[in-house]
Amino acid sequence: MNDMEIMTTINLNQVKETYDKAAARIHKRIIVCAGTGCIANGALLVHKALEDAIQSAGLGLFIELELNQHDDHEPDKKSYQMTGSGCQGFCAQGPLVNILPDEIMYVKVKPDDAAEIIEKTIQNDQTIERLLYVNPVNSQRNKGQKDIPFYARQNRLVLGECGHVDPENIREYISHGGYFAAEQAFTRMTDIEVCDVIQESGLRGRGGGGFPTARKWHLTRLEQSDKKYVICNADEGDPGAFMDRSLMEGNPHRIIEGMMIAARGIGADEAYVYVRLEYPLAVKRMRKAIADATEAGILGEHIFGTEHHMFIHIMEGAGAFVCGEETALIASIEGKRGMPVPKPPFPAQKGLFGKPTVINNVETLAAVPLIIRNGATWFNQYGTAGSKGTKTFAITGHVANTGLIEVPFGTTLREIVYNIGGGVIDDQGNVTGEGFKAVQIGGPSGGCLTEEDLDLPLDYDNLLAKGAMVGSGGLVVMNKQSCMVQIARFFMSFTQSESCGKCVPCREGTKQMLSLLDDIIDGTANQETFDMLEEIGLVVKKASLCGLGKTAPSPVLSTIVKFKDEYLQHIHDKRCATNNCLALRSITIDPEKCIGCMACARKCPVHAISGERKQVHVIDPEICTKCGICFEVCKFDAVLGFN
Amino acid sequence: MKTEPNKNLRQFQQVMEIIERNEHDRSRLIPILQQIQDAYRYLPPQVLTYIATALDMPVAEVYGVATFYAHFSLEAKGKYIIKVCDGTACHVKGSSRLLDTLYKKLELNRNKLTTDDMMFTVEAVSCLGACGLAPVMVVNEKVYGEVNEKRCDEILKQIKEEETMATTLQEA
Repeated sequence: MNDMEIMTTINLNQVKETYDKAAARIHKRIIVCAGTGCIANGALLVHKALEDAIQSAGLGLFIELELNQHDDHEPDKKSYQMTGSGCQGFCAQGPLVNILPDEIMYVKVKPDDAAEIIEKTIQNDQTIERLLYVNPVNSQRNKGQKDIPFYARQNRLVLGECGHVDPENIREYISHGGYFAAEQAFTRMTDIEVCDVIQESGLRGRGGGGFPTARKWHLTRLEQSDKKYVICNADEGDPGAFMDRSLMEGNPHRIIEGMMIAARGIGADEAYVYVRLEYPLAVKRMRKAIADATEAGILGEHIFGTEHHMFIHIMEGAGAFVCGEETALIASIEGKRGMPVPKPPFPAQKGLFGKPTVINNVETLAAVPLIIRNGATWFNQYGTAGSKGTKTFAITGHVANTGLIEVPFGTTLREIVYNIGGGVIDDQGNVTGEGFKAVQIGGPSGGCLTEEDLDLPLDYDNLLAKGAMVGSGGLVVMNKQSCMVQIARFFMSFTQSESCGKCVPCREGTKQMLSLLDDIIDGTANQETFDMLEEIGLVVKKASLCGLGKTAPSPVLSTIVKFKDEYLQHIHDKRCATNNCLALRSITIDPEKCIGCMACARKCPVHAISGERKQVHVIDPEICTKCGICFEVCKFDAVLGFN
Repeated sequence: MKTEPNKNLRQFQQVMEIIERNEHDRSRLIPILQQIQDAYRYLPPQVLTYIATALDMPVAEVYGVATFYAHFSLEAKGKYIIKVCDGTACHVKGSSRLLDTLYKKLELNRNKLTTDDMMFTVEAVSCLGACGLAPVMVVNEKVYGEVNEKRCDEILKQIKEEETMATTLQEA
């Protein structure tokens, strides 16, 4: 850091040049993914094993680039660099090891593979076939990100540097063009110009609602105040969404740069990052990034030699989903219970500590430096008329490739599920041509899309028209074995327990909706239950105070429309076609398979099974408690009704 | 819970340091509570009263905040806090089965979350953001992915072994 400390104003060009020169001396670079997912799979052990293997092979290894090394220093000796990276999105295949410039990506790497990787790939340029990714569709092995459909069909702009840059190295971020946009915004642009570029780009909020970012900025900019704040909303609470975590772990400096530009646009000098405490690694990386940027003179007083100051604080949440709502989040930073307040006044007028405040989501802020760097027209070439740019989606559930992806708005569901996601899998994990039932999009605020929506271009407006929403971008694929009533109940129980309790429609309404859903699942419902469920849902949607309540009924209302028959089957026929609802299961013995061994009859705790030796056994549905013991003891798979 | 008087005093000493570090700032109540919970693994009631006095605010307000957020616990937690993710992806892949397994193995249930020896606390938590590895379980800060019954057994066994080893070393 010595070259930075003496400068009052950082010279980004110089840092970049020095770093690039040092990087050019590197013969090969090994990048081990160190996101939460890969670390859980043992990435740190793999990193250590690779390091040891390089050392014992006697190769020159740089964990940190030697910036002051002279070019004539042993010119023939090849040197290697090894770094960690943030989440690369392909979590189920981790730990991931990328080798550059060969562009080889090894998946599910074990520490034992380290020596072989060093010997074959690093020293002798050979590819180790068995460590390559196997495409589940055609069983072929793909060499790198360019060949793997999961990556090749994406447009990774916002996630672009995640997985390439070392998130803990500020100089590497600068060498990728980082902080140049912030410098431009502070030294060569006015606040109005900054807001205008964002307006022209058409960027809309990525956290859920899709509110035009520039409109928020302009409103806050116009407020007269001695103090203004920027808040980065990183309280990513939607179950099944992890793009904000990945961005913070993978490229924290980009978010800082986005916050700086936002601050420049509205005239703020202080900012908060509100992070969930469930993301310890993201917190750690953000803290380090802020410290490094401060040390480099990028944050602090008189940044880039101007009269502007910029300070960023980290605030860890304490486990309340409602704090993703902006007014609740502000209350939480102020040290109060995280309860929303009615708007207006909007945070742009009276926000944190009563001062004008802009709140943007992590992904929104991460897009900002790219827009300033490359121009508004570059950004809005992607996307549809009303939704510009790209969006990240976390695809999970019954799909071959689970992970984090980024595609332009307007991409169809078919492309995402079948081409990037690799297709729908059954409960045994095999890819099947059919089997697609629905996609739940937008988490607990969103709704379901079905087969007829597969070719719908995904954007803010199309999804709203379908009763779903982009939300934060959680996308759960469900196969034919999924019960939609159960899915609706899962989200309802989530929002019910996360309701802050302030307004009656949300507090009481979600509770009633949940118990009505329980009645349907338990087989005690009638037509009235169904009608009431829909009616209460509409009331909660209309009358709740904040976004949580207003959208809480969406998963129920959307499944009621799309899967009405499935609800009615539960209610009138007392039958769950997918066999997920325990109370509605009918447990029978397959007369073709039963050999009359009596194992089940002996073990049945309520003596519901009768039958003679070597005769087919029968279960009495009146006595049966559906405990599943018969299913477990049967060696001939003759007990039907359990999945 | 009974505590010896001198232990109590030490308790407040640490609380005082935490409040000092946060400059008696009321708006920093949440970080203060977090740091205290990190130190004691829970928020003892007498400490909450102490904080209210130190920050010159109503006790009810401190209680209000402490009971609002899921992370804060007014009951003592075990040395190892096992969090089972119940986000969408984990739920679809059987997180409730995993929770049941843990309850069974540690003799706990929905109403009794901490073992009598104060070693383990089991909690179901909202999405941990590691959906690619569902179902996910976190022990203190270490993340374990794709946890089935067998893996769960191994993890518990390993923790118990480490504990026994530590006690033996201490005694020796």
